[in-house]
Amino acid sequence: MAQFLLKRLLQVILVMFVISAFCFGIQDSLGDPTRELAAMSMSDEERENLKDTLGLNDPLLVQYGRFVGRAVQGDLGTSYFFKEPALTVILKKLPATLELAFAASIIIITISIPLGVFCAIRPRHWFAKFTMAVSVIGISIPVFLTALALIFIFSITLGWMPSFGRGEIVEVWGYWSTNFASWDGIVHIIMPAIALSSIMLPLFIRLVRAEMLEVLSSEYVKFARAKGMDSLTVYFKHALKNTMLPVITVGGVQIGIMVAYTILTESVFQWPGMGFMFLEAVNRSDIPLITAYIMFVGFLFVIVNTLVDLLYGLINPMVDLVSGK
Amino acid sequence: MTLLTIKNLSIEFPGRHGTERAVDEVSFDLSPGEILGLVGESGAGKSTIGNGIVQLLSAPGRVSSGDIFLNNTKISTFSSKEIIKIRGSRVGFIFQDPMTSLNPLFTVENQLVETINKNLGIEDRKEASRIAIDLLDQVGIPDPEVRIKQFPHQFSGGMRQRVVIAIALAGDPELLIADEPTTALDVSVQDQILSLIRKLCRERQVGCLLVTHDMGVIASVTDRVAVMYRGKMVEIGKTAELLTSPKHEYTKSLISAVPRSSKKIERFPLVEYIETTAKGLKHIDVKTHWLGQGTRHENIQDLLEIKDLNLSFVTRDAFLKKNRKYLQATSDVNLTVKQGETFGLVGESGSGKSTIARMVAGLQKPDSGSIKFDGVELVDNPDPVAVQQARLQMQMVFQNPYSSLNSRMKVDDIIAEPIQFHRLAPAQEIRTIVGDLLDHVGLGRAAGLKYPHEFSGGQRQRISIARALASRPRLLICDEPTSALDVSVQAQILNLLKDLQDELGLTMLFISHDLPVIRQMCDRVAIMRHGRILETAESEDFFEHPQNEYSIELLGLMPRFDKIYEVEATV
Repeated sequence: MAQFLLKRLLQVILVMFVISAFCFGIQDSLGDPTRELAAMSMSDEERENLKDTLGLNDPLLVQYGRFVGRAVQGDLGTSYFFKEPALTVILKKLPATLELAFAASIIIITISIPLGVFCAIRPRHWFAKFTMAVSVIGISIPVFLTALALIFIFSITLGWMPSFGRGEIVEVWGYWSTNFASWDGIVHIIMPAIALSSIMLPLFIRLVRAEMLEVLSSEYVKFARAKGMDSLTVYFKHALKNTMLPVITVGGVQIGIMVAYTILTESVFQWPGMGFMFLEAVNRSDIPLITAYIMFVGFLFVIVNTLVDLLYGLINPMVDLVSGK
Repeated sequence: MTLLTIKNLSIEFPGRHGTERAVDEVSFDLSPGEILGLVGESGAGKSTIGNGIVQLLSAPGRVSSGDIFLNNTKISTFSSKEIIKIRGSRVGFIFQDPMTSLNPLFTVENQLVETINKNLGIEDRKEASRIAIDLLDQVGIPDPEVRIKQFPHQFSGGMRQRVVIAIALAGDPELLIADEPTTALDVSVQDQILSLIRKLCRERQVGCLLVTHDMGVIASVTDRVAVMYRGKMVEIGKTAELLTSPKHEYTKSLISAVPRSSKKIERFPLVEYIETTAKGLKHIDVKTHWLGQGTRHENIQDLLEIKDLNLSFVTRDAFLKKNRKYLQATSDVNLTVKQGETFGLVGESGSGKSTIARMVAGLQKPDSGSIKFDGVELVDNPDPVAVQQARLQMQMVFQNPYSSLNSRMKVDDIIAEPIQFHRLAPAQEIRTIVGDLLDHVGLGRAAGLKYPHEFSGGQRQRISIARALASRPRLLICDEPTSALDVSVQAQILNLLKDLQDELGLTMLFISHDLPVIRQMCDRVAIMRHGRILETAESEDFFEHPQNEYSIELLGLMPRFDKIYEVEATV
């Protein structure tokens, strides 16, 4: 186990190194930050002085070294707009995004598994065919269109749902702001979560169905039937657990992608999370915040993948994390 | 008193191109404690009968007519709810492959206990667990208290099949249906499992329907045997009688096609009843044909020399080298293959015989040692051209003809590829040569325009052989070339290999776990175990006077078809 984590740590370092080089590259080529910072009336001399104090006239490698050195200490630069450390800004926005992704995951899990299993068990049933047909449509509709349609129908036409913002949020454990502690917060998170899950849900239904079909044709399922197990036991004990193995692997990667997709959902719903913040940062050319966001999301990806691998190892007895096989 | 009666049973599989009758008007009965063998080649419908009894047919198969009685209860008209009550509690099932018939994610205890819960109606987990441990003990699993907590992948193949048998017996059934229970197992394990099944059937007075394609298995455990051919039962009778004096033509030819382990014969008798080679093939004179004009064979003694060959696989990786665990796949293997002979490598699964073949063919790099082909060193030779020239003269025929041919290529292109790649013949002649090769292996040149899926297993293996011949090899490495094939087809392929060897002066490295086949094919044999060669001998010497203890044991465990057959025949 320690060896598995050690290996993962080395991988994290390598991945973060590549991402940091990429981010630094962006930072360096996105133009002159002093133009954004400085007042219109600033003279060229004053501007050069500012560049010196910011270290922008040093050789590239020195600048990169400084960048990495600070990043290791958790200093990803200071946001031009917020005048605060970029990491602090991101961490403030993090709960909103994670809660949105969490709510979307709950929707995906509770809908895709029963539907996928149903479509595998009764492939000829009209509802299975209907689900498959709808899922194709679901995959092809972009998130922002789903989001706009939801707002149009439920907020504007019917007036049932709030169309933007997080609503009433409650602070817990000092800094974490949650939507799930009040009714107003829950109402506000429903539509963004549905919009965010809409792109992944059809994919997961199809994935669960395909894996389940494969497992159902396996020898051990036939043997379970032969030893007298009833259909429910065969489907939900013997087949489902095996079905979940590949679903977990794919799901782990998809959660990471979903965090990235929040950019679209959050901007449509004015959801004050990392995605919305990133979009604003791009508009304001807030370069330190942009790079900090990219590095943070990269880090999140690696952590989620490690957790998924650990979970996989717990479920599958054939995977021995101790020996790294 | 009869336990199971089957009357005029027909099973159909409706499909797009009409309904296929997998089982056609089959009738037989089975007494308690009796083992009835159902024997036949693939597609004969023998497994379908077993599945049909407990309604486990894969869709859209269905019992179209006939009756099945279990202890005078008609079960063929049972609804799916009623049949679930029969499964496990009155009819136990054993499947072919113990590697896949247990659920990999649940412990053996979990899988046994749920069966006991359901079939014996014991809800108490502790009580069920105690019964489970007792069952594991009965089927011969050591330390059942410890092993029961383990997952299937922690058991060897033979042990898993014992677990499967324990599960099949957990509901205390009256009838046991064993579908090829030992086909996936080694000879020594096969013997243990068969004795176990026999013992349990006798003790518990359980009737057993044993489905198999293996005459050796039939001879060693069954009381009576029914022979199936294309869905019909052609003959049924007492095992000894049926094997010694078969009445039906098909049974006769099937029995004659089984390779004998007792004496060497020149050619295998063919089962003409099933598959004949294409007619009107062009005969080619090998002496003047392209095929016979490869590299001239100088008369060297030893074509292939292997010295101190070592290879180990990492089975447990670790950060520190000393913590790593290795599996020694081959250790200090020495052997020489003489020009023109057939050299057999025998051993059980995991003994390293295929690994040697892979290293000779260059598919795997050895850790240390030397492989010399016609005097050219193949391991770490700095001259890649010499190595390639040598490799060109050795070709491989693989075990599974279903996966060793590219299904997207036409047969013509498959065979032409090595000729084109090595520029062995002028482009305009390649098509003629490919056609001649197809004629020569008994397929006919028309076959070249088809794709591999249009052929049967035996025909595909002929394509593999034609492809191997296309680079005019001197050494043919055959890795279990017939173990995926039916007996009758096996006889044809082995005959073909013998003919080709005679005509072309081929040298063969022949790998098999099947001792009778080895005896029929090989001049010399080496017996392998745990990556070591235990004994190398002239084939006849080996079978008549084995020196090594393990060889003696292995020969004793050989399927006993010939023994019964020969003894009874002389009476």
